[in-house]
Amino acid sequence: MSRIKARFDALKAQGRKGLVTFMTAGDPDYDTAEKILNSLPASGADFIEIGMPFSDPMADGPAIQLSSRRALDAGMTMDQTLSLAASLRVTDTKTPLILMGYYNPIYIYGTSRFVEKARESGADGLIIVDLPPEEDEALRIEASKAQIDIIRLVTPTTTPDRLEVILDGASGFLYYVAVTGVTGTSSADPAILATALDDLRARTSLPVAVGFGIRTPQNVAAMKPLADAVVVGSALVETIGRIKNGDAAIGDVTSQVRALADALAA
Amino acid sequence: MNMKPEKHLHALDSLSHQPDDRGHFGQYGGRYVPETLMPLILDVEKSYRQVREDPAFWDAFHTLARDYVGRPSPLYHATSLSDHLGGAKIYFKRDELNHTGAHKINNCLGQILLARHMGKKRIIAETGAGQHGVATATVCALFDMPCTVFMGATDIERQKPNVFRMKLLGADVRAVTSGTGTLKDAMNEALREWVARVEDTFYIIGTAAGPHPYPAMVRDFQSVIGQELRTQITEREGRLPDTLVACIGGGSNAIGLFHPFLDDDAVRMIGVEAGGHGVESGAHAASLSGGKPGVLHGNLTYLLQDDDGQIAEAHSISAGLDYPGIGPEHAWLYDQKRVSYVSVTDDEAMEAFQLCARREGIIPALEPAHALAHVMKIAPDLARDHLLVMNMCGRGDKDIFTVADRLGVDI
Repeated sequence: MSRIKARFDALKAQGRKGLVTFMTAGDPDYDTAEKILNSLPASGADFIEIGMPFSDPMADGPAIQLSSRRALDAGMTMDQTLSLAASLRVTDTKTPLILMGYYNPIYIYGTSRFVEKARESGADGLIIVDLPPEEDEALRIEASKAQIDIIRLVTPTTTPDRLEVILDGASGFLYYVAVTGVTGTSSADPAILATALDDLRARTSLPVAVGFGIRTPQNVAAMKPLADAVVVGSALVETIGRIKNGDAAIGDVTSQVRALADALAA
Repeated sequence: MNMKPEKHLHALDSLSHQPDDRGHFGQYGGRYVPETLMPLILDVEKSYRQVREDPAFWDAFHTLARDYVGRPSPLYHATSLSDHLGGAKIYFKRDELNHTGAHKINNCLGQILLARHMGKKRIIAETGAGQHGVATATVCALFDMPCTVFMGATDIERQKPNVFRMKLLGADVRAVTSGTGTLKDAMNEALREWVARVEDTFYIIGTAAGPHPYPAMVRDFQSVIGQELRTQITEREGRLPDTLVACIGGGSNAIGLFHPFLDDDAVRMIGVEAGGHGVESGAHAASLSGGKPGVLHGNLTYLLQDDDGQIAEAHSISAGLDYPGIGPEHAWLYDQKRVSYVSVTDDEAMEAFQLCARREGIIPALEPAHALAHVMKIAPDLARDHLLVMNMCGRGDKDIFTVADRLGVDI
């Protein structure tokens, strides 16, 4: 059984919702990122998303744009991203690891080579934000052979017809984009989300994670009745950004993660 | 005028019957956008397919093209330059005489008519040199639609006259400071804004690139250039041209000139990329000569990038060519070897710029000055009856500060 499915099954058995944390590989530098990554499971992250840095992150707001920039300025490459990911598996064999990013660095690395290395690095899922179902066949076939899930995004603009296209080939879980916009900007409205997620659940048995615009323990708590998992990205990445200037420490990231996890446990 | 290419070949054999229904030109093109945009992009495509078959839409387009833009643009025999170079019979297709001073307005007219057809309430656009921004602000003023133009902070600094023009026309010019503050970053920011405002906003992309249907749609609107030329040169010379030359940033003026001739095997076509300090220097904007295929801004095409797939900065003296990608149809025509692609340097473009001003009394934009620099290289070796047509796609008023600076003149 895949780590993603096992983790959702376990959460369900415990009657709990999962916390998904996002960080960018190599932000603010490789060593710090490795320490942050390896501190996440014990701090309460149920799933870990690692962003693969890209020069032109067109679906991301300022916080994640800057984190990508910091990582690239520190010399991060795809090989290093994969080796960073692999460092998690030395101590943790259960926490699902999802690589998230844009298609060009994968295309240039070579789709099949990328999937093979991602599998070796212990990755369980891929979210490629600018690769819609119409264009993801090459990656999907490789990923399926390697038993890596292709996690698709559903958004407030998704029509019923469109949802059919998205669900065909989706695996692992669905990532519901809570706001019409880029990451880290406006905040999600739980009332509107409730209806959208009800509609979505009527169409699929895949677990649903909700992300975009979810920043605080309060935001997370509000999502608890709605989703199977909640994603926090920009808010954590902003803290990581402050590490670079000496205005924060790794401990600030772990305590922020702990507070988010507690909001789901409470 | 019939906008559609003549169907004298079976569609499958025809170079002019691209892309496929998912927007692929061979392996290039496609639709690589965040899922939030997909329903809207599909809707743009559906609406474009409708209006494409609607004679009333083309009537509106051609009426405005004639009365507002001043089309057809003249076909001018550049006798002095032809004599000076001593070879080919050189014609300029004078798209620099269009209202707003460049070919950009052809596309903006088409897209704003589509935006209105779709009931959209506001327009966004990206701009580099400011020509597409000015053309977009112009059609927005004409149709009384709110307009926001994203422009890199670096470009705002070096293109002040166009920034002021856009403001006079009522546009909101948004400075983009992410990245290096140039065209690529402006396009990222316009896409981000579009993701956030999908319901009411139409994005007028300025070149024949981006997610399907933009490359095909922009090409169709710009094809008015090549279609007019076909009629004009046939009337004038009784035959088709031998060689077509156009500059290429994203490639909209070039594809507009070339497309109606793609199935005419005897017509040779040359696209001229911006070689900056020279392709071997690394500081250039020649995506085909110095890049490789990849995915950016919604399409798969040739891009300037490093070995790890990070997009590189382009360099050109011409802000309008200063982009690390190229339209996907050009990428495909390059692989097919139907069109030859070359590059010329900043210095060669500067030389052509000055020669054109002195010899023809036409101050060209720095973009077509690149095309002219290549014409200067090849024309002397061609026969006197060789019909060479170059697209004079923009006028140089906007560039006088850059050129003066380069010449060391303080104005």
